[in-house]
Amino acid sequence: MPWCRRAGYLTMDDSLRELYQEVILDHSRHPRHFGALAAHTNMAEGHNPLCGDRVKIFMQIDSAGRIQDVSFDGRGCAISVASASLMTQLLKGRTVAEAERLMGGFLALVKGEDTTDLEPSDREHLQVMAGVSAFPMRVKCATLAWHAMKAALEHKGGAKTE
Amino acid sequence: MIPQPVSKDPVYDAAALRRDFPILATRVNGKPLVYLDNAASAQKPAPVIDAVEKFVTREYANVHRGVHFLSSAATEAYESARDRVRRFLNAAHHDEIVFTRGGTEAINMVASSWLAPRIQPGDEIVLSVMEHHSNIVPWHFLRERQGAVLKWVDVSGYGELDPGDIARALSPRTKLVAITHMSNVLGTETNLREIVRLAHSKGVAVLADGCQAAVHAQVDVQELDVDFYAITGHKLYGPTGIGALYGKRDHLKAMRPWLGGGEMIREVTQESITYADPPMRFEAGTPPIIQAVGLAAALDYIDTVGRERISLHEHALTAAATRKLKELNGIRIIGEAPAKGPIISFEATGIHPHDLATILDSEGVAVRGGHHCAQPLMRRFDVMGTARASFALYNTAEEVDALIHAVVQARRVFDNG
Ligand SMILES: Cc1ncc(COP(=O)(O)O)c(C=O)c1O
Repeated sequence: MPWCRRAGYLTMDDSLRELYQEVILDHSRHPRHFGALAAHTNMAEGHNPLCGDRVKIFMQIDSAGRIQDVSFDGRGCAISVASASLMTQLLKGRTVAEAERLMGGFLALVKGEDTTDLEPSDREHLQVMAGVSAFPMRVKCATLAWHAMKAALEHKGGAKTE
Repeated sequence: MIPQPVSKDPVYDAAALRRDFPILATRVNGKPLVYLDNAASAQKPAPVIDAVEKFVTREYANVHRGVHFLSSAATEAYESARDRVRRFLNAAHHDEIVFTRGGTEAINMVASSWLAPRIQPGDEIVLSVMEHHSNIVPWHFLRERQGAVLKWVDVSGYGELDPGDIARALSPRTKLVAITHMSNVLGTETNLREIVRLAHSKGVAVLADGCQAAVHAQVDVQELDVDFYAITGHKLYGPTGIGALYGKRDHLKAMRPWLGGGEMIREVTQESITYADPPMRFEAGTPPIIQAVGLAAALDYIDTVGRERISLHEHALTAAATRKLKELNGIRIIGEAPAKGPIISFEATGIHPHDLATILDSEGVAVRGGHHCAQPLMRRFDVMGTARASFALYNTAEEVDALIHAVVQARRVFDNG
């Protein structure tokens, strides 16, 4: 259980400091790739009905299945906005298959599971989100944008995390 | 007004009362639990826990069915719990109290068994923007299924509800006013007596959602003259899975059954069926017997402490917390009606309510962050959600300080990052 793990090596204050570290707060205050993409081929909205958070993901995907551009829009908590912002930084230039693999690695990271699937440079970039694993109630916040991204890849209109 | 038991001790001793609630000794993240999520559900005192244990170890059986000793003891306990609820609300008659699974079921029962057969397309239901979803969705059902029209009454920027606005929303097509007696978000206590008077002058019945008000205010359904009043046990320091609907005798008699099953019938044949009288008509199947006994013990507990004293204590905590929150930078309180229960919704600029609740939790302070099942109200105040601290009879001035300290910590995390 993530709770036990937290008790094992971190105090609550440490966990909290790790959750709300400077990089996360910076991304939540100044999200990157924020705002709708006028020209996009794929779009989906993620909605967490529990807290009302909404995030829209826009993607421009070329005929070879490569993500040429990506952005997000919406309102949410620091964790969900930072997560979306960090995600958009990684997706540009990736293929659809690579984006899906990246998502798998990210989900593992925030659940405190094995992340050997992640490329070392990706893991380094996303490592700031690892603190979420000590807060099981907040994992949904961190994964909202990723689920919306996956729905957009599949051309679906919306994603939900409950 | 309901007579209050006279207290021998004029000093309200919250610290002593806390010892009645075993769970309050819990430590969270190495810190003492500061439980301020009482509007969502209240903790249970030992007398409730003991009453349940005593009942299941000595008197338990199904009710209204057997002639044997235990069945008779259980029936007696169940029916005396009903009478306990009657006294709590000061209803005139025993048969005006229907046990339900909670406040939600009580309201749904009125929507489906009383109002639905009376609704023609275009008929109107008046409600306020500060209703809990459980006093919204059942009326939406009637809109979707039968063409009822929902007429929404706004509140002021302070969260006050003007009974005159309710009166102005009434029309010859109004079939019901469905209104909260106390908002679970803003804390606003509505002037139910006046709303009922105005509605009755136009021949319109009133259902009040008393899930919060019954916990913090004095409720006398006869004085209020309200037609239906819904309460829920778990917020009243009682068990989950139990609530009650008060309905005026004539309304209940005119109401069609709710669920069908055992105990709610008079006679069933292959061709036809006749129904039991209220309240049994609305209590199909084996009811929440154990929970009813627990609820009765909870109401005893509340009245032993004294409703007026509890309310004074909670008001003092609310006033102190409100004042101290306002002294902090970047905190906005949502809901400052003059008549207000111990519920404080607030926003911290730049901090999402979930982030705030997470940081407060790390200080052992349990508050609720989110939309509180009141999305129309969130839209009305243009917020995604709020943080909500709500007080109960066992909260203390030190806990108010713990809340303030934790909010300052949150500001620190976000401002200095
Ligand atoms: C104002 C109000 N009405 C209704 C309810 C529903 O009560 P319950 O969930 O116990 O059915 C609640 C609590 O959740 C409430 O605060």
